[in-house]
Amino acid sequence: MLSFILKRLGVIGLTMLCLTLVVFFLINLDPNLKKLAISQTEMRSTTEQLESWLQRNGYRQNFFVRYGQWLGVMPKQPNVDPATGQAVPRFSFCNEPAVPQFSGVLQGDFGCSTKFKTTVASKLFPALGATGILMFWVMVTMVPIALLIGIFAGMREGSRTDRTLSVASIATTATPEYVSGVIFTVIFASWLGWFNGSAASATSQGITFYNFTLPVMTMAIYGIGYIARMTRASMVEVMTQQYIRTARLKGLSFGNVVVKHALRNALIAPFTVIMLQFPWLLTGVVIVETMFRYQGFGFTLVEAAGNNDIDLLLGCSLVSVFVVLVTQLISDVGYAYLNPRIRVQ
Amino acid sequence: MQIEYIGGFQVFLGVLARFWPVWLAMAIVLVASFNFRKHLGLYGQLFDSGVGISGVAICFFWLFTAIFAAKVAPFDPLSQIAVMKDALPGAVEPASGLTYLFGGDKLARDVFSRMVYGSQIVLIIAPAATMFALMVGITLGLPAGYYGGRVDSVLSFLANLVLAFPVILLFYLLVTPGIMDTPIPYALAGLFFLFPIIFFSVLFYTRFKDRPDRLYLLLGITLVFGGWIYAGLVFNADPFGIVSIEPNQLNIFVAVVFASSPGVFRIVRGLTMDIKTRDYVAAAQTRGETPWYIMLWEILPNARGPLIVDACLRIGYTTILLGTLGYFGLGLAPESPDWGTAIKDASRLLRSFIHPALPPTFALMSFVLGLNLLADALREQSMKD
Repeated sequence: MLSFILKRLGVIGLTMLCLTLVVFFLINLDPNLKKLAISQTEMRSTTEQLESWLQRNGYRQNFFVRYGQWLGVMPKQPNVDPATGQAVPRFSFCNEPAVPQFSGVLQGDFGCSTKFKTTVASKLFPALGATGILMFWVMVTMVPIALLIGIFAGMREGSRTDRTLSVASIATTATPEYVSGVIFTVIFASWLGWFNGSAASATSQGITFYNFTLPVMTMAIYGIGYIARMTRASMVEVMTQQYIRTARLKGLSFGNVVVKHALRNALIAPFTVIMLQFPWLLTGVVIVETMFRYQGFGFTLVEAAGNNDIDLLLGCSLVSVFVVLVTQLISDVGYAYLNPRIRVQ
Repeated sequence: MQIEYIGGFQVFLGVLARFWPVWLAMAIVLVASFNFRKHLGLYGQLFDSGVGISGVAICFFWLFTAIFAAKVAPFDPLSQIAVMKDALPGAVEPASGLTYLFGGDKLARDVFSRMVYGSQIVLIIAPAATMFALMVGITLGLPAGYYGGRVDSVLSFLANLVLAFPVILLFYLLVTPGIMDTPIPYALAGLFFLFPIIFFSVLFYTRFKDRPDRLYLLLGITLVFGGWIYAGLVFNADPFGIVSIEPNQLNIFVAVVFASSPGVFRIVRGLTMDIKTRDYVAAAQTRGETPWYIMLWEILPNARGPLIVDACLRIGYTTILLGTLGYFGLGLAPESPDWGTAIKDASRLLRSFIHPALPPTFALMSFVLGLNLLADALREQSMKD
């Protein structure tokens, strides 16, 4: 088991290295660098001024040297002030040192956000915390509801309850966040006035039922259908097993059989699905946070991508790729742990 | 100038009446399919269940809406009639006497016509991108599952690499306006659009390599037809000027294919690993058939059930992806009538007007729902066999 985890961790490291290289390449394409230079200098800069800005701030160094600097295996060079000939930090707002040194992701330095004029770490981690709260509430509502729907539907296959719940869960999988968000806002915010159609106040004044229900609801609804269908399929399979029939024949009540015999085995497959749901939730987070103006990870990602904020966007992609890969690992390890047949193999 | 309004019931009747070509075509197709359902194989079996019928009906509804969009929509999707700005549903346009059935949006365009024309964009890009993703996934998934070993490790690693990307980040990186100045979208398009040509060439070669008369004909058709479309799409150099694609649409297309082909790859690979152990594959191996013949003519036909179901779900998922792109204003032109862009425009103004937001949301939801119901019914039917 330990060697399996170690091997997987190695693959994760390799994957992250490849992915950050790809992201680094795509962000540093020439048109994107030009866009950054235009937004960072005055509006009417000439092409030469833009070029010299890029040159001065080290954006024209060799691609691999720059990737190495970001990673922390190459020393970061400070800028040289042409007037005095002295070394000055690149960006004044995040106190980069004025001497060459190794300062990259491996050393824990995520770089400088050019859009927010601060270090990436001081922007990214509070945003992650805010998104963590949102994710927590989404999981707390989504998982129990989805499991209940799945179990009730799969308990008696082909019954009226099963058909109704199945169609309902198909309907929720057909409702992406930007659709359900609009519909819920129309119903609950514009029409009934129960909830706030914006979660912007959640960042400053704290989370309330009034401003946080709609984002959580919108995000949960898309996932519910998927998890419920997986649970139903797994439940249906378990209910046809021999030991369920034995338990019924020896006189146990139906409810007892479901709760004591079927449930434990039926919940192994949904566990994997719930874990693999995280990458999907990431996209949902971006949509929901943009729609409801909640200052979390997704909001930061959109801002970073829209303004071509190189270091911030790299930080965001590192975090999201890490989340995806680690949840995959947890789902594999957890599956093996929950299912003794696989553990023995 | 005072704008006249018609009542809610008249709006309802008006919408029903506007869709008359769609109802007519649906009635003909559905009645015909229902009567001949015994002879139509898997498609005919869909008419045995309520879920299947509703799925087929919804999908046909949007298909015919896209085909007859010019007949159904009373107005041009881009034309702005200043007096109708933010008009409520049922407002009568003074000049022509026609009605803005679902009202006007903030740029005074007809919401109903935009929804109808939006279906065209969605119904062209989503199925086509899914088909290309299927081709790429099948052509790479079959050898990965069949050979295993190093081929499998390399291809699976690449697929997992793409799958580990959150879709939204991928889109922000691949579908920016700046990237169209670089050769990247064209290189990717050149790579992806090669797969169908390779697929069909190998398909015909393995089957007919002992019958040159058939082989040369089929290969010739594949290469000429494929090369024609390839030249039109990738190099925008179609000699007849029929096949062409806007650079930004090509970009979207490539990004969507890129995002969804690893999923197909994983499914095909899994199915191949399963089917490869069957007796008929061993029989073919004993006969001395080549690996590619076995993959394409023995394994692939037997994997078609799950693949058809997956294709249905995937078209729906691609529609959702397209909507996401539109919602973030990536790739598609800002005045494009597609549903995602319409939802984005309308959702910014939800506090003042809700009517422009609802038609595109319900359109997108119903189309994806139809595809999902179709996939569910297909899965039920293929499990019965």
